[in-house]
Amino acid sequence: MPTPLKIPSCQQRHAAGLMEDETWVDLLKEKKDGCDLSHACRPFNPQTYSGASHCTTAELNAAVLESHFLHRVATEVAMETGVTVKEVKEEARSILEEMSQNLQLGFVRLMGFVLTKVLKRIFTGVFFNMDGLNTLQQAVKENPVILMPNHRSYVDFLVISYILFTYDIPLPVIAAGIPLAGMSIVGEILRRSGAFFIRRSIGSDKLYWAVLSEYVRSIVRGGFAPVEFYVEGLRSRTLKSLTPKLGMMQMVLEPYFKSEVFDITLVPISISYDRVLEESLLVHELLGVPKPKESTAGLLKASRVLQEDYGSMHVNFGRPLSVRQLCEGRINRGHYNLIPRCRTHVDLVQSPTAQEQACVSWIAHRVVRLQEQGSLLGPWPLMACLLLRAPAAVLTGEGLPWRQLREETLWLRRLALDFGALLKFPGQWNNVCCLFSVSDLHRSVVQRKEGRIYLVEEERDIPRKHPLSPEEGVLRTAAPLLMLAAYQNQCLHIFVRPAMLAVAARIAGSTQRDELLAAFCFLQVVFSNEFIFVPGRSHQDFEEACSLLEKCGAVQADRQEVTVAPGGQEVFSFLQELLQPFIHSYQVPRSPFQVLTEKHFLPTVRNKATNLILSGDLGTYEALSSDTQKNALSALRRLEAATKLRNEYKVNLAAVRRIGDALCEWLDRNTFIVLKVLFITASNGSLKAFFFSSLSL
Amino acid sequence: MAANSSGGGSSDRQRTARQRLSVIAGHLQRPADGDVAVLAAECKAQEADVSGEEKTVPRRRQEIMKWNGWGYSDSRFLFNKKGQAEFTGKRYRLSGMIIPGLKDWFESTFGASLQHKTPATPILNSSAVPPPTLNEALVEELKSTSIPFSHDAEDRVFRAHGHCLHEIFALREGKLGRVPDMVVWPNCHNDVVKIVELACKHNVCLIPYGGGTSVSSALECPREETRSIVSLDTSQMNRILWIDEKNLTAHVEAGIVGQDLERLLNESGYCTGHEPDSMEFSSLGGWVATRASGMKKNIYGNIEDLVVHVKMVTPRGVIEKSCQGPRMSTGPDIHHFIMGSEGTLGVVTEVTMKIRPMPEYQKYGSVVFPNFEQGVACLREVAKQRCAPASIRLMDNEQFKFGHALKPQVSSIFTSFLDGLKKFYITKFKGFDPNHLCVATLLFEGDRERVLQHEKQVYDIAAKFGGLAAGEDNGQRGYMLTFVIAYLRDLGMDYYVIGESFETSVPWDRVLDICRNVKARIVRECKDKGVQFPPLSTCRVTQTYDAGACVYFYFAFNYRGLSDPVHVYEQVEHAAREEILANGGSLSHHHGVGKLRKEWMRETVSDVGIGMLKSVKDYVDPNNIFGNRNLL
Ligand SMILES: Cc1cc2nc3c(=O)[nH]c(=O)nc-3n(C[C@H](O)[C@H](O)[C@H](O)COP(=O)(O)OP(=O)(O)OC[C@H]3O[C@@H](n4cnc5c(N)ncnc54)[C@H](O)[C@@H]3O)c2cc1C
Repeated sequence: MPTPLKIPSCQQRHAAGLMEDETWVDLLKEKKDGCDLSHACRPFNPQTYSGASHCTTAELNAAVLESHFLHRVATEVAMETGVTVKEVKEEARSILEEMSQNLQLGFVRLMGFVLTKVLKRIFTGVFFNMDGLNTLQQAVKENPVILMPNHRSYVDFLVISYILFTYDIPLPVIAAGIPLAGMSIVGEILRRSGAFFIRRSIGSDKLYWAVLSEYVRSIVRGGFAPVEFYVEGLRSRTLKSLTPKLGMMQMVLEPYFKSEVFDITLVPISISYDRVLEESLLVHELLGVPKPKESTAGLLKASRVLQEDYGSMHVNFGRPLSVRQLCEGRINRGHYNLIPRCRTHVDLVQSPTAQEQACVSWIAHRVVRLQEQGSLLGPWPLMACLLLRAPAAVLTGEGLPWRQLREETLWLRRLALDFGALLKFPGQWNNVCCLFSVSDLHRSVVQRKEGRIYLVEEERDIPRKHPLSPEEGVLRTAAPLLMLAAYQNQCLHIFVRPAMLAVAARIAGSTQRDELLAAFCFLQVVFSNEFIFVPGRSHQDFEEACSLLEKCGAVQADRQEVTVAPGGQEVFSFLQELLQPFIHSYQVPRSPFQVLTEKHFLPTVRNKATNLILSGDLGTYEALSSDTQKNALSALRRLEAATKLRNEYKVNLAAVRRIGDALCEWLDRNTFIVLKVLFITASNGSLKAFFFSSLSL
Repeated sequence: MAANSSGGGSSDRQRTARQRLSVIAGHLQRPADGDVAVLAAECKAQEADVSGEEKTVPRRRQEIMKWNGWGYSDSRFLFNKKGQAEFTGKRYRLSGMIIPGLKDWFESTFGASLQHKTPATPILNSSAVPPPTLNEALVEELKSTSIPFSHDAEDRVFRAHGHCLHEIFALREGKLGRVPDMVVWPNCHNDVVKIVELACKHNVCLIPYGGGTSVSSALECPREETRSIVSLDTSQMNRILWIDEKNLTAHVEAGIVGQDLERLLNESGYCTGHEPDSMEFSSLGGWVATRASGMKKNIYGNIEDLVVHVKMVTPRGVIEKSCQGPRMSTGPDIHHFIMGSEGTLGVVTEVTMKIRPMPEYQKYGSVVFPNFEQGVACLREVAKQRCAPASIRLMDNEQFKFGHALKPQVSSIFTSFLDGLKKFYITKFKGFDPNHLCVATLLFEGDRERVLQHEKQVYDIAAKFGGLAAGEDNGQRGYMLTFVIAYLRDLGMDYYVIGESFETSVPWDRVLDICRNVKARIVRECKDKGVQFPPLSTCRVTQTYDAGACVYFYFAFNYRGLSDPVHVYEQVEHAAREEILANGGSLSHHHGVGKLRKEWMRETVSDVGIGMLKSVKDYVDPNNIFGNRNLL
């Protein structure tokens, strides 16, 4: 049981981006007064992009099929596969049919009508920032706009479209996964609400890539409509930002690289939920209960959801970013001058230049960071952090004293504010009822009883014929813990940089800036799948971490040294503990595999982790999460300790040895990192860090 | 109507006279729709009184031209007491006319006001001109050659600049930078040879001066030049030495200005057909030195297509080819070291040029397109079918409106009624949006049958792109604009408005993008640089080629509230050029590099390219006698 946290002495206390500064409008309040039906039927006269070539969906599709680019690719494919160009084009047409949206205002109205009913039922409020919306309204007139929301729930994009509809902003076309298209009625409704559908694994299907990229580019280029897509690729099941996927990003940016548009405006949108509709679904996915195929029936079953209270939802429209400005000094558009334009597009033949790739990745990461920074946080994610500090046995057993949790939450609120978090009504958290109601909202996870708070373990729906197996027991505890972890993840981005500095300080065992920086960078490499770090900004991240810690009085920094301030140890240990589960989880994937098929990877690792938990060697239930496991594997691959050969993962002994050597060399030069990592983790009574296993293999 | 043009057996002189009459008649009583022939030359200043032997440009330019603005002293725009725009003088079709729409357009486009004036310094204060640094030995030797020269302040100031905005702006403020120390007026090739010899002997810097219409800072005296600077004014070398009717060539002295060359050739029934917009004042030598391009290049070619033989005097001696074969395979064409050398290698003294019989028939035309995209698509198709008329230009919507604002007052109610009807027809019936439509102006030339045939072909293509024939008037007004636009800049400068044009060439598939992006960049940069009013940022496609087009940008803004407007202007122009290059446009299609665009030369022609040019310069002019420091 960690000791209760005391409030450090803060030198400056910034009320960073508090809600009070901005006008947040409740969509439901606005509508509650008027009649939903008349709202749905209101005239819709959006002001569109001034350079838009006004065309219908059918014209757009025709233009895509007749494009020079597609013609060339079709010819190439025909040559390669030995079928006629006509057949290839026919195939292209059917790909496009499967893909394309069919935005119809009537359907949007219908959706709007239904949605209002649903939203009013499940949310107490759907807030959005009016300022952001006003800026967006202006931005859509000037340049093609890309809306880039984070993805936490299936309702995300419906809500965005609905807000835009309400405020006369052109409705976006939205990139969605193909499984949604498979849901007969819903698929069609989504299509008519502007969704277009992309296959999950496109692989090396040249024609598909060609159709998709030309389709997307045409929409951007012609300013047909704002394009909306999830740069994270998937709905994040851990509620943590995902490493951005670059394919779609590349496609939407390309018209700028090729000077086909003057500029493109990116609008990061941060959506946050007090309680996520799919919370239990997420956790089951993570624990390996396969994700229910998105079917209409499944959605209807989800109608149970309608009976519950999900608090409120916040949509924060971020400040528009000019791609032109972002690319300044990063992209030399003149490079494309000597290539015929129909050839300069990315397809598999002509992959983007390194310069371009780096720029796309950088922009994508920046947007995700901005999404993080724009997310509005209530007390619950902070409470989750604090709850997770307690061992599982305590939470399920004697529980935590509520008072302690409350005090710590208020302590953490202050720290979060110092770190620039966007908190929801932080002034009201002192109010007795506030935190009560938060814990009540999450009664599926925690339970308050006689001044203490407990974890709610999963009920099994299946009547128990035999007592729970130990493995089932683990899962039973894991579910609510993973849910807590997911909610905690919502606020990790605020703490992660300072936390990494705190961990770096521990592994470096030094207060020298350069040594701390080296350790910090190493941790960034290891955890780059786990947290969002904008590439090439390690140094700034480090500086940011220093200055945040300085601001809250936890460290004293000068040009050579960063030392823990008197009274700063509290913050320091809190931050170190925050990252510990990740460090622990990363140990798991090592031992059993030298060669492992893709299919067996997750189950094997999961079993291993379950056993470790049962044996008491592993205290971190998050190690059971498939996302964590995948991230750890990626880290191994990034460090070239594992390679993927077709469907098999192979531990590359030579590479491992090489890393080992490299690390040893580094060790010689810097004499700190690896040993220290091993030391801490070992001294914490857990297994060795995964890199140790690499070394010892 | 048609009876007034094709003058079968009549003499050339008579024919010309008759055409002129017809134009005047046509102007007074223009039928709503008909095929009246008009001469392109009618758009520019008329020199009706000048006989063949009289030349336009005197040694003392100040006798007829402005010292701090464009063109003839007697011709300028002004807002009269009633606030109506008026064009003074008698030289141009527009002269003496009221232009009722200009004021509103001017005020609404720029946010300018007739109340806020920025008048120019009225007269050149000779005492403000720095005293000349003379090379006495050279002066002495020159005296003995009988080649006229001068170090009069006015003469020197006139030759210290071209027509870049910053040059004219400074003059208007009475600010003078480094000016040449002396002006010489060679009368013939041999005079030039002598001058160059003397310059080498006494190590002075020579700057060739043709018509002074440069828009690339090419004539500016390098500030770092410490030697005496001598401006070599070619204007008195202005004779046609011979005409060879068998081979259709003319041998001409390089100082002749375009209008004189055309007029003199016309008298013999010929023309070169080379008509850059500056042809009233720019010289043959200047064209060669800058690789100029004329409006009618589709029929006659650009200067590089027209030149058969060139003579240039360099510090190493005279460079020329030994024969006048129409094409040679004799290694790299030495003409291409001369063309575009921008006065850095020597003085072009004589040129043999191709000539053509004067066209029997000319016809203007115009086509309105629903939007710029369609217009460009049409021009591309015309180029593809290689059926471009003598000139085809596509103006964007802003220029279309500008053109409209320049309509002179019409006396007949009937015409304006028709105008109204036409506008109504275009904007309402055909669903054309007045804020999107754009217009292409056309000029056809040749024998009558062919012109009419050609015209039909072009209009048929236009129709495929939604183009609607919009009459000869609109077309002719478009070309008229060309000759008066430089005068208009002076008017703008009287009221806080500064601006300029610049050009590029670009492959077809980038035309639309470059137009959009450069215009947008200008608007964005103006905003960023603190310009208080939205700028005029417009473009037109002025030439078509097989593989691309020439695009011309106009850009102007109201500079009230800016402390250093010229600097802001230059920053914006710089950014616009960067944008052009990023969009795959060339550094210049015809204005040249001068000193204004030098910084981009290396990336434009590569390191090796620069090295090649440098080594030529080093060989030809090791002591940098031709020290205007253009290009490299
Ligand atoms: C209103 C306006 C319209 C224009 N329209 C066009 C157009 O349609 N097409 C076009 O091509 N250009 C155009 N220009 C640009 C300009 O007219 C051309 O560059 C023209 O060729 C310059 O000729 P010039 O005789 O005036 O030369 P100058 O301006 O006197 O000199 C230009 C350069 O050439 C050098 N030079 C001049 N004469 C000689 C010589 N005899 N031997 C060696 N070097 C010499 C000078 O040293 C200088 O570097 C326009 C300019 C203006 C102001």
